Amino acid sequence: MESVFEIIGPPMIGPSSSHTAGAARIGFFSLGLLGDPPTSALIGLHGSFAATGAGHATDRALIAGLLGFHPDDERLKDSKEIAAKAGLKVAFSVIDLGENAHPNSVRVELHSSSESTVRLDASSVGGGSIHISSIDGFDTSLTGCHSTLIFWHTDRPGFLAQMTSILAVVGANIATIRTSRKNRAAEALTTVELDAKPESEALALLRILPALAKLRYVERLP
Amino acid sequence: MIRDLHYDTGTRLLELCQSEGLSISTLAIAREMNSSQRSEKEIVDQMETYFGLMKASVDKGLAITELSSSKLSGGDAGRLARYAKTASPLLGPQFTKTIAYGFAVLETNAAFGRIVATPTAGSAGIVPACLISLQETHGLSDGEASRALFVAAGIGHIIAAKASLSGAQGGCQAEVGSASSMAAAAIVEAVGGTPAQALDAAAFALMNTLGLVCDPVGGYVEVPCVSRNGMFAIHSFLAATMALAGSRCVIPFDDVVIAMRDIGRRMPRQLKETAEGGLAVTPAGLRFRPAPPHSSQTP
Repeated sequence: MESVFEIIGPPMIGPSSSHTAGAARIGFFSLGLLGDPPTSALIGLHGSFAATGAGHATDRALIAGLLGFHPDDERLKDSKEIAAKAGLKVAFSVIDLGENAHPNSVRVELHSSSESTVRLDASSVGGGSIHISSIDGFDTSLTGCHSTLIFWHTDRPGFLAQMTSILAVVGANIATIRTSRKNRAAEALTTVELDAKPESEALALLRILPALAKLRYVERLP
Repeated sequence: MIRDLHYDTGTRLLELCQSEGLSISTLAIAREMNSSQRSEKEIVDQMETYFGLMKASVDKGLAITELSSSKLSGGDAGRLARYAKTASPLLGPQFTKTIAYGFAVLETNAAFGRIVATPTAGSAGIVPACLISLQETHGLSDGEASRALFVAAGIGHIIAAKASLSGAQGGCQAEVGSASSMAAAAIVEAVGGTPAQALDAAAFALMNTLGLVCDPVGGYVEVPCVSRNGMFAIHSFLAATMALAGSRCVIPFDDVVIAMRDIGRRMPRQLKETAEGGLAVTPAGLRFRPAPPHSSQTP
């Protein structure tokens, strides 16, 4: 944790920073990763999220985040009804993400009307802070505390050099960078956490990188 | 600024305070300016906004008369506030009001109201209760009370770095224990104590919450959380009193934090927010257990 406002804060709707605010932020990050409003969401609750989530409105908080509500938005408590009206179908299940998974973990799978999909594993690690450990099966490590770029791309020599040089030209400072891949020369996922929001021109340039399959930009979480 | 103002131990925090001649709050603000690249005014204003939200959550909680949806809490903050106004409340009016403020934040929280996690929602009442009480007794302005929140954050940062602030990981000692420790240090600086005294206060508060389990009835953040936020606000004043009196704190803050981490790791999972042990499985507690988790679909 870097900021004093991770210790004092966030302002949030109760009752639990890990089960409610953290869950809302996971939902909000998931929405950013998908890029469009979701039309369906499959949500697997692990560990304490499954055991005590109901009393903590974890389900409502996750849905609120998927609807783009901030963790201190008082509409959180009515998010199920609002989702139903907005045409977002949500199904919850109980899953086991393994012994090493944080007790407050969740797997979120989203679909949108434009047929984009995303699947992520995330944990609420205390005080409303979150950790994203997997995106579409790629291992990752994100907190949402930065402006985050997520590149789905082919694992090809020069991709990182091209991408970082675009960021260098626009003066975007990289806090963390991480690439994970399943096989050599196959699909890869690169995440870049930036200190500030990149210029829209930079995003436009990044979107035409040759090996790029998809790029999402997720703003620093509220 | 390019100085390295990072600290993740109490020892380092004190070194920095002493070498730079800073209070803990000033150091915490300077560190935030460094790491966030934001101006002092922006940072201080944000904290003052948060303090305003804390006060609003107290006011809202004091006015609650109905039970929460679980029926586990509601109305007790008001009862305490009324008791504080009687002829001779046992602990005197001020401490009684302090307890009421701690209750109020947690009752607001249970009613799906807006609170500020300090450091978590389940422990959000302690620091505000202490600072609002100090405003009443020591005439602290909102700005001064907000400054004290940076002291609380400084202590919280160290606990987060070396142990945990999460009940699921460390039990209630990590939530209420941490909040009480943060509040104790904040009280000390707010009334003019030194950084070393603030750290001792944090140690006294935390060492006397070690082993506190998280066994929420029904899995709700209400019993014992609501009463615990009232009680441990007073605990913070006790710890601050010991430090200001110069009581010897034999185990330094950093060691207490490590002890808290160790105890948290050894604590059985049934006593770490799962609602599978302790108060949650008593005959009275079991009556509030919600239906077991199952797959569901909306709409």
